[in-house]
Amino acid sequence: MLHFLRRRLTVAILVALTVLTLSFLLTRLSGDLAISIAGPNATQEDVELIRRAYGLDRPLWVQYFDWLWRALQGDFGDSYFFKTRVARLIMERMPITMTLGLCGLFIALCVALPLGILAAVRENTWVDRSVLMVALIGQAMPSFWLGLTLMIVLGLNLGWLPISGTGSWQHYVMPSVVLSFSAIPSLMRLTRSGMIEALASDYIRTARAKGLSRLSILVKHGFRNAAIPVVAIAAVQLGFMLGGSIVIETVFALHGVGYLAWESISKNDFPVVQAVVLVLALIYIGLTLLSDLLNAVLDPRLRSA
Amino acid sequence: MSTVLQPAGASNRRRIWRNAGAVLGAGIVGFVTLVAIFAPWLAPYDPFTIDLGRRVIPPMWMEGGTPTNILGTDQLGRDYLSRLIYGARVSMIIGVATIITSGIIGTVLGVMGGFYGGRVDDAVVFAITARLSIPVVLVALAVAGLLGTSFTLVILVLGLLLWDRFAVVARSTTMQIRNLDYVAAARCAGCSPMIVLLKEVLPNIATHLAVVATLEMALAILLEAALSFLGLGVPPPLPSWGLMISEAKEYMFFSPWIIMIPGIALFILVLGVNLLGDALRDMLGTDLSR
Repeated sequence: MLHFLRRRLTVAILVALTVLTLSFLLTRLSGDLAISIAGPNATQEDVELIRRAYGLDRPLWVQYFDWLWRALQGDFGDSYFFKTRVARLIMERMPITMTLGLCGLFIALCVALPLGILAAVRENTWVDRSVLMVALIGQAMPSFWLGLTLMIVLGLNLGWLPISGTGSWQHYVMPSVVLSFSAIPSLMRLTRSGMIEALASDYIRTARAKGLSRLSILVKHGFRNAAIPVVAIAAVQLGFMLGGSIVIETVFALHGVGYLAWESISKNDFPVVQAVVLVLALIYIGLTLLSDLLNAVLDPRLRSA
Repeated sequence: MSTVLQPAGASNRRRIWRNAGAVLGAGIVGFVTLVAIFAPWLAPYDPFTIDLGRRVIPPMWMEGGTPTNILGTDQLGRDYLSRLIYGARVSMIIGVATIITSGIIGTVLGVMGGFYGGRVDDAVVFAITARLSIPVVLVALAVAGLLGTSFTLVILVLGLLLWDRFAVVARSTTMQIRNLDYVAAARCAGCSPMIVLLKEVLPNIATHLAVVATLEMALAILLEAALSFLGLGVPPPLPSWGLMISEAKEYMFFSPWIIMIPGIALFILVLGVNLLGDALRDMLGTDLSR
């Protein structure tokens, strides 16, 4: 177990460092940073002044380690537009994105698990096929378009929910539902295939032979085993959803970090964009690690791998 | 997997159902491909011609519509049907270009890792893990912030990022056939590793890669639409379906059809590609669950 933990942790740290390095290189390779900070109307002297003020005249590797050291301490510099620390901006907006992601995941699990189990129990019947059809439709639905359509139907025509903004809990309903759509198909397929495999195994036959009730067999013996990969993937899905929340937050004008990054692009506020990309990527790496650990804790067979 | 006995009709019914999906998927993809290729001949008007005097005219079957513009006009008075037809081109080019680029990258990496094993494989696995840790939309966001937007940039971003599943499948399938007799026989016959890879390994994993290609194509088309919707993808005035929705969204509360038409087109195309992929997967028995 310890060996397994150490190996996964090493990989996660290496990946995180790779992401940080790529992110640094991307900013430096794309042109002279001093010129873009100074803006289009700056004179040659202004650019030189900024170059020295921001330390851009130093060798690249010095800049890199300086930047890396600050980034690791959570210091992503100042926003050009908001004139505050980037880290503070992100801290302010993160709860909204997290709420959205967790609500989305919760809804996705509430839909995907029962449907997946149902499809497995009724394998190869019309129930199974309808569930798979739902998965296909969910996969093909462009999330931003679904969001806009819900806004028209639920927000405007029926007037049940507010159309956009961040005011109350009602504001999170539509975005969470739309976000959950991206995770439902894969979670549902995974539950279904895991359940089919579990239900065909010997211990289920034993349980049946013992005369246990159907529900007890399904939940205690079948689902418990089928749930292991689902729980692990759920953590990864949350990471995907946080990355995908940019689209949803923009559609519903929900002021989370994704919206912040999107706003910042049009304002040429690059430190904010870079920091959001980094933070979300690092959270994703953390969630993948968590997923591996959950897998190992829940399924002892994997620990030696 | 399941060894439970089924009534004789079940497997038959399943096959018919599967074939229906395959036919529907192939029909949709084939139709959109033809529309994309013959766009200049099919489109009734030029998709870029602006006519501010005839803005937001509804489709001909709705109140206020005219037969001159079958699907109506957009917020700048451009013929909606023509833009929709040219939009098929954007989606198909992005989809195909992405799977070619990412397919080459992913296959080379995956086959190398699976064939040579050891250090090479470790490096490939690491590359896959690193790639998966960066959400695509975020990279597109960063690139758009730094370099602006263009059609080629979208293809590059998607092509250079969506290779992960190709690599995973190429790697695992190569590993499976690496130790099979015919590969060993080719080696014994004195074939160089390059020849073994090209003549023995690649043809035998090609079908599995075809399944991945359809799924990646669907993903690429959806991502392009989402990026264009955010203003990070294809720049105007190109008629991308995602961009059409984005540009028309101020009008959607008064004329919902204006976002319904490109949205449904997008949905049907992606559904078609996915149906085709699913049918292919069932036929070939590729397991993508890793």
